[in-house]
Amino acid sequence: MRKVLMGNHAATLGAVLARAQVVAAYPITPATQVVELIAEMEAKGEFSGRFMRIESEHSAMAALLGAASAGARCFTATSSQGLAYMHELLHWVSGARLPIVMVDVNRALAAPWNLWTDQTDSLSQRDTGWIQLYCATNQEVLDTVLQAYKIAERVQLPAMVVLDGFTLSHVYEPVDVPTQEQADAFLPPWDAPRRLDPAAPAGFGAMEGPKGYMRLRKRLALDMERAEDETERAGAEFGREFGRDYGVIETYRTADADTVLLTSGAVGSTAKQAVDELREAGRKAGVVRVRLFRPFPAKTLRRVLRQGQKVAVVDRNYSQGQQGIFCEELKAAMYGLPERPEIYGYVAGLGGGDITVELLKEIWLETDSGKASALEPAWMEDPR
Amino acid sequence: MPRLKIDENLPVVHVSDRSTLENLTGSWRTMAPRLRPEKCTGCMLCWKYCPDACIEMIDGRPVIDMDHCKGCGICVAECPPKCLIMVEEGAR
Ligand code: SF4
Ligand code: SF4
Repeated sequence: MRKVLMGNHAATLGAVLARAQVVAAYPITPATQVVELIAEMEAKGEFSGRFMRIESEHSAMAALLGAASAGARCFTATSSQGLAYMHELLHWVSGARLPIVMVDVNRALAAPWNLWTDQTDSLSQRDTGWIQLYCATNQEVLDTVLQAYKIAERVQLPAMVVLDGFTLSHVYEPVDVPTQEQADAFLPPWDAPRRLDPAAPAGFGAMEGPKGYMRLRKRLALDMERAEDETERAGAEFGREFGRDYGVIETYRTADADTVLLTSGAVGSTAKQAVDELREAGRKAGVVRVRLFRPFPAKTLRRVLRQGQKVAVVDRNYSQGQQGIFCEELKAAMYGLPERPEIYGYVAGLGGGDITVELLKEIWLETDSGKASALEPAWMEDPR
Repeated sequence: MPRLKIDENLPVVHVSDRSTLENLTGSWRTMAPRLRPEKCTGCMLCWKYCPDACIEMIDGRPVIDMDHCKGCGICVAECPPKCLIMVEEGAR
């Protein structure tokens, strides 16, 4: 059924259709509505799982660590400071190999206070062993929550579904909402391979020596790597069920493009508009929108981007002392290849500044003309 | 080019000399708390729980600063004798 939904509610419906069994959460702007609607649906008897109000984000993730250890399909949502507060537990959950799905609504980190979209919150968690998927539309948010469970459960790792604060979270768009039967046909129930069970007592996460620890980490690394193919597979299966295909990246008019804008999140759809306008002016422009950030889809990007092409990476995030994070990751993925594209970094829209069609066109033109610096990122701001 | 201007004027921190009282959070409100003073026992629970600290106890009764009350309804939920009620913003 087609509904007009804000991104936050699209996320909620994804979790409800996935038949999440335990939801534990603490509110934070701009993610509150995701769990607020679950609480409301629970009160009305429209959500059969258990909703737990918890005293903090750290405790919310701890509660899910317990529930998922007992074999429950788990969900939560947070943002910015709340995600930062969860940090310790994020490592616990991935190390325990629990396929929890969490929505993070991008919001800038303090100080100073700022409520608007900025990817540095989720990207700060990139080493925690969570799969990360970035969405460009509200439809994709709902669809990705469903796919995230499938990917996460197949590789036994947690997954974070990320959407832009306000730009998606609070903006209403038409969304095709699957029926429960369709969702069930796509996503079977989670049958946990290990369970915390009073009838069969066991210890989880106990001390390991260096040898054991190293082996567990390598196994996690291999399964995380596998998530690139599993994301493609789940996206294709989703396409067969619902007619909407997804991959680890989305390409737009890249086949013959001289210069490509590479970005993520809602900016990915703005970039398509910029590319259409550049094409109308006779420029060979294209977009790569990175949907999967962890694992970094190096394999796919190496195939799509080629020698002789210029890539302008637009980052709404920044690693202090380094550069834009997608840019540094792309450079690392391409280093060592005998043939590779030229990569240029742009930082824009930190703390929620608009990344407009005009700004993206300027970035494209500068890169295409060969005037961009390959050594340091350019900080851009739409002057209006 | 629409470059961020980078010069010695970039601020290190922004220390404000303005009071948060200037931030009139009352404009966020769609529902408003209303006191029915007859049953009020002066227990101060509303005063304690208001997340905006916009309730002042005057002569043993709560007085709400409506320029700052966000209309969250927590005082209403906490009031033991239920003498605070939520009404539509603008209702009399
Ligand atoms: S409605 Fe909320 S903000 Fe307003 S007085 Fe009551 S507790 Fe305070
Ligand atoms: S909580 Fe109710 S009874 Fe207590 S002081 Fe406030 S209004 Fe009066």
